Amino acid sequence: MNIKELIKNKLTNNFPNYQIEFSEYLDEFCIKVNKENILEICSFLKNDEDLKFILSEDITAVDWATRKNRFTVVYHIYSLKNNFRLKIKSDVDESDCSIDSVTSVWGAANWQERECYDMYGIIFNHHPDLRRMYMPEEFEYYPLRKDFPLMGIPGSLPLPKK
Amino acid sequence: MEKLRKEDVNPKIVEALLRDTDITIDDALDNEMILNMGPQHPATHGVLRVLLRLDGETVMNAVPELGYLHRGYEKMAENMSYYEYIPHTDRLDYISPMANNVAWVMAVEKLAGIEVPVRAQYIRMMVAELARIASHLVAIGAFAMDVGALTVFLWTLREREKILDIWDILCGARFTNSYTRIGGVANDAQPDALAKVKWFIDQFDDNLTECEKLLNSNRIFIERLENIGILPAEVALDLGVTGPSLRASGVEFDLRRATPYLQYDKIDFNVITYTEGDSLARYFVRVDEMRESAKIVRQVLDKMPAGEIMANMPKKVLPKKTEIYTRMEELIHDFMIVNFGINPPVGEIYHAIEGSKGELGFYLVSKGEGHPWKCKIRSPSFNNLQALPYLVKGHMISDVVAIIGSIDPIMGEADK
Repeated sequence: MNIKELIKNKLTNNFPNYQIEFSEYLDEFCIKVNKENILEICSFLKNDEDLKFILSEDITAVDWATRKNRFTVVYHIYSLKNNFRLKIKSDVDESDCSIDSVTSVWGAANWQERECYDMYGIIFNHHPDLRRMYMPEEFEYYPLRKDFPLMGIPGSLPLPKK
Repeated sequence: MEKLRKEDVNPKIVEALLRDTDITIDDALDNEMILNMGPQHPATHGVLRVLLRLDGETVMNAVPELGYLHRGYEKMAENMSYYEYIPHTDRLDYISPMANNVAWVMAVEKLAGIEVPVRAQYIRMMVAELARIASHLVAIGAFAMDVGALTVFLWTLREREKILDIWDILCGARFTNSYTRIGGVANDAQPDALAKVKWFIDQFDDNLTECEKLLNSNRIFIERLENIGILPAEVALDLGVTGPSLRASGVEFDLRRATPYLQYDKIDFNVITYTEGDSLARYFVRVDEMRESAKIVRQVLDKMPAGEIMANMPKKVLPKKTEIYTRMEELIHDFMIVNFGINPPVGEIYHAIEGSKGELGFYLVSKGEGHPWKCKIRSPSFNNLQALPYLVKGHMISDVVAIIGSIDPIMGEADK
């Protein structure tokens, strides 16, 4: 069976009550899930014997600026068993800017989520060590949001003491 | 390295450092100390800062601090056209800029639906493999220097210098190349450049063996690396480690083989794996990979067909300079592409190649405009560094330097 159909069947059979959208663009398979279910679906995808998505390649977010759900968190995971890359998306709104952390599923998610938090200000619930990745801890803004200007905000970066 | 007072360190980092550790020492000194290593430290390969919690000389816990070279390349990408961003990819992994160029233009071509001529694909493969050799040469040289073998660094850099000379002939720049273009490459590979590549490949094996002899029979080198920083395969995969560091742990994962891009499916090469997973195995993987890369380049030279080096898509690919000056149509296209960009259709793609440090990927979101709506760089050094705290725990403080050298982080890439 085609790996894409396999994922589709497995997810619809195991999570009949969850709303999961499937899409494909330029041969890249993508599933979209509600943010409440992200942890459950991720651990299923990792631990299922036929799928085994054991490598978390990248976690990032997209700021849509004007949409109702302002952010979309995007996960790229890879299955070495099937040589297949899967994209998972989940919408996050600005009013409740948080999503469950998947660090319990993939250890690599630790820094990847920290980077996403640093750049977009999305809180990852139950993250063991949610600090800023690149910017100083005192920095108040989130640089990759679309309302942050390209030239930066003068005076926002504190100079070192002495 | 300097001893820190508690008030000098951000409280959140102290908290991360003092978190319970699974390291136990037989005869603990009950006298823990926090030591700051970097960002200005010769053995951290750039501006990596690591805070170490020590008991005597044993590392109990380590917290890497990134961001000292953060230039906001993802933000900049959102504000410039796809063409304008090519020179900026040089500054990511500045030891192998050619591979970054290739990765970027391939991602854009996938997004915009551009087919690249076969000759250009072979040239890209050639430069990507030479970039891998150059990167591994620096990695091994600097690594050996970190553990005290200084001569090797001079010898490997002598070899790398020859590659830089090849870059000079190919594209006119030795270091920041910006050689690839969307739809092809900037210049055709001239016969003298190809002759120089052939000469380099022919003499490379002997010279590499010479460098290897200096290290493989060096007892200090071997003893400082054997069984230091062992990374089991399942931990490596869990922490997102890719590239030579993952293959040294026995996982046969190479994107050139797993998801063939360019013309790699027509090339015969081996994916090097070792099973030990220690620092020494990571060194061996790099040496053997250079030999494989040389093998690939040799096949590429044999198989490279004649033909065009730029795709014939006037609305998306920049025309030749001579045509811009003499023909109206080309002038208009040049004006439109330079001023308004190539406007790929609405959509999003992720494309990754096997860079010299591991999986180098670009995630691009297009809204149909001339500049990307979002660009995410999946950098291998960033993800590989995440394994550092795991690797150094329980080792001596002098092993930290060896372990950092063995995972070969480039901070330009890790910090973006």
